[in-house]
Amino acid sequence: MRETLQIERIETDVLIVGGGTAGCYAALTLAENSQNKVLIAEKANIKRSGCLAAGVNAINAYIVKGRTPEDYVDYATKDAAGIVRRDLLLSAARRFNQVTEHMESLGLVILKDENGEYVARGNRNIKINGENFKPILAKAVTEKENIEILNYVNITDLLVEGNQIYGAVGFSIVEEKAYIIRAKAVLIATGGAAGLYRPNNPGFSRHKMWYPPFNTGAGYAMGLRAGAEMTSFEMRFIALRCKDTIAPTGTIAQGVRAKQVNSRGFVYEDKYGLTTSERVYGTVKENQLGNGPCYLRTSVITKEQDQQLLKAYLNMAPSQTLKWLESGKMPSEQDVEIQGTEPYIVGGHTASGYWVDTHRQTTVHGLYAAGDVAGGCPQKYVTGALAEGEIAAESILAQLKVQEQTQEPEKISDQAETIVQEYEKIRNSSQSLFSTEELEEAMQKVMDEYAGGISSYYQYNEKQLDLAEEKVKQLQKLSEEIGAADMHELLFAYELKERLLVCQALIAHLKNRKETRWHSFNENLDYPDTDSRYFKYINSKLENEKIQIYFRDIVEEDTYEHTNQQ
Amino acid sequence: MSIRINSEKCVGCGKCREVCPGTLIALENHKAVIKYPRNCWGCVSCVKECAAGAIDFYLGADIGGTGSVMNVTKSGDILHWNIQKPDGSKIVIDVNRKNANQY
Repeated sequence: MRETLQIERIETDVLIVGGGTAGCYAALTLAENSQNKVLIAEKANIKRSGCLAAGVNAINAYIVKGRTPEDYVDYATKDAAGIVRRDLLLSAARRFNQVTEHMESLGLVILKDENGEYVARGNRNIKINGENFKPILAKAVTEKENIEILNYVNITDLLVEGNQIYGAVGFSIVEEKAYIIRAKAVLIATGGAAGLYRPNNPGFSRHKMWYPPFNTGAGYAMGLRAGAEMTSFEMRFIALRCKDTIAPTGTIAQGVRAKQVNSRGFVYEDKYGLTTSERVYGTVKENQLGNGPCYLRTSVITKEQDQQLLKAYLNMAPSQTLKWLESGKMPSEQDVEIQGTEPYIVGGHTASGYWVDTHRQTTVHGLYAAGDVAGGCPQKYVTGALAEGEIAAESILAQLKVQEQTQEPEKISDQAETIVQEYEKIRNSSQSLFSTEELEEAMQKVMDEYAGGISSYYQYNEKQLDLAEEKVKQLQKLSEEIGAADMHELLFAYELKERLLVCQALIAHLKNRKETRWHSFNENLDYPDTDSRYFKYINSKLENEKIQIYFRDIVEEDTYEHTNQQ
Repeated sequence: MSIRINSEKCVGCGKCREVCPGTLIALENHKAVIKYPRNCWGCVSCVKECAAGAIDFYLGADIGGTGSVMNVTKSGDILHWNIQKPDGSKIVIDVNRKNANQY
């Protein structure tokens, strides 16, 4: 037996799990408006953790002059074929501009015209220098006295009893230490899930993916285990990206208005439609028809534009700039080859995540969600994550004002003990024949082949989903045996288990949407058409280790409250 | 792996280890080493953090890399992105943090 973990117990008013964009902004809002003690638990370091590590190239959700928040809601609703929460989109869109201005006051550089107005890029975007977006936000957080930051601490479990949150438990990845944290309210802001499916570059560059490989679905998994309700996992997000580097394409598609063309020079985007999923679908179809590879036609731009693109990519995805320089072929000389990524589960682009009310409270009392981990509000992007962080923070403050001191149930201490014992079990396990990495590869293969990954052109049928379900279950069983030589390996063990649980839920969601509502995102070959009977949310909960599915009616109103639903 | 740490240049300050969003870098004998090379996202946070210029970023051969390396030096708000190609030729691109993207 190894020496047991040292246990540190902390009490705080508000615990924020995940110090990315949404989590940091929520902390800032709480600190600016109250004296409450705020604790951020971040598994890396808030300076560059989360989606914005390398930077971000534009603000993609902004209400430009002449447009209204309602226009934005309409756009996002259409793009998701109606499966959105209007109340969530509207409340986020109403704040897009104020959070942008706040970021500017903290030091974010935004392009302005001669009249001092932000320069729009299309109908919903503005141009920025976002290379240091996250360091700017993190610095503002660090300067607040009532915010404590626990870097390198990975939260694994929520402490919930009687559907009320009491805190969370985690461990350090750099010290042999466990943390038992008690809080009056908890905000979960852990991001979405990458690494469920076999990635575009499965070998040496396996983590050269678009979505952060460190976003492993932890928040979804701990929420499911705590009895929280999730929504729309089946609305997978597949991004259209630059081949190999998996760098974003918006800067080319919107910035220099490059069209999607196939290898025969045919502009195919008009043929399949222009929603986010149709743009991916068209590219997949053209490849299937033998018209690949597909490109963004950049060969019409100027040399001057080349130089601007090189710089723009350095502020967001430097690998693409290096790729251009290394190949010696600038975008003006050679069209940029594009491909679809492996599917991700991410509430910032599509609608997967916690089922929350308009105040961003989950179905667990005192547990809130913001950013990519929160569902129902697609295309919220960075400003949406900030807006949701702010909304959740305001809701938490309102809760704390009226909350009476409650006695913690005895079961909570037992729960915390059990979780720490689980860490010890993994640290002392040496029985597994398989490594965490082997099981991760196995999971990605199963998902790729049977649950609509890249190799199956994102398509699947019911029989395949049954197989995926069975195989993921088997892998979950095998994952019970894995061990960890150090604290970082303990993190890897948890990340694998989190991903497997997210896969389990995802497969259940895919099985229950017996239609094809979004090409490629959910392409069910047994049900190739849209079916109006499925104009509903598909929600889920984990009950007795099984995913229970709930169909819920579309919310048309501007506000939504949780009822005592079952 | 998409970074290479030059241990002769590394001064062991540990700033790269601190900032890596995957906490993939360790200090061994006062020198930074990438502990989980295949887990690197390629975000270049460490490259930008390293004042000693000890970290080079490169593209894996599986994504078309041919041996060019890139690092970053800073003067004030200017980031100098230094690219060295396998034939020894160099390209420098300066990006001012105070200037927004044109696209």
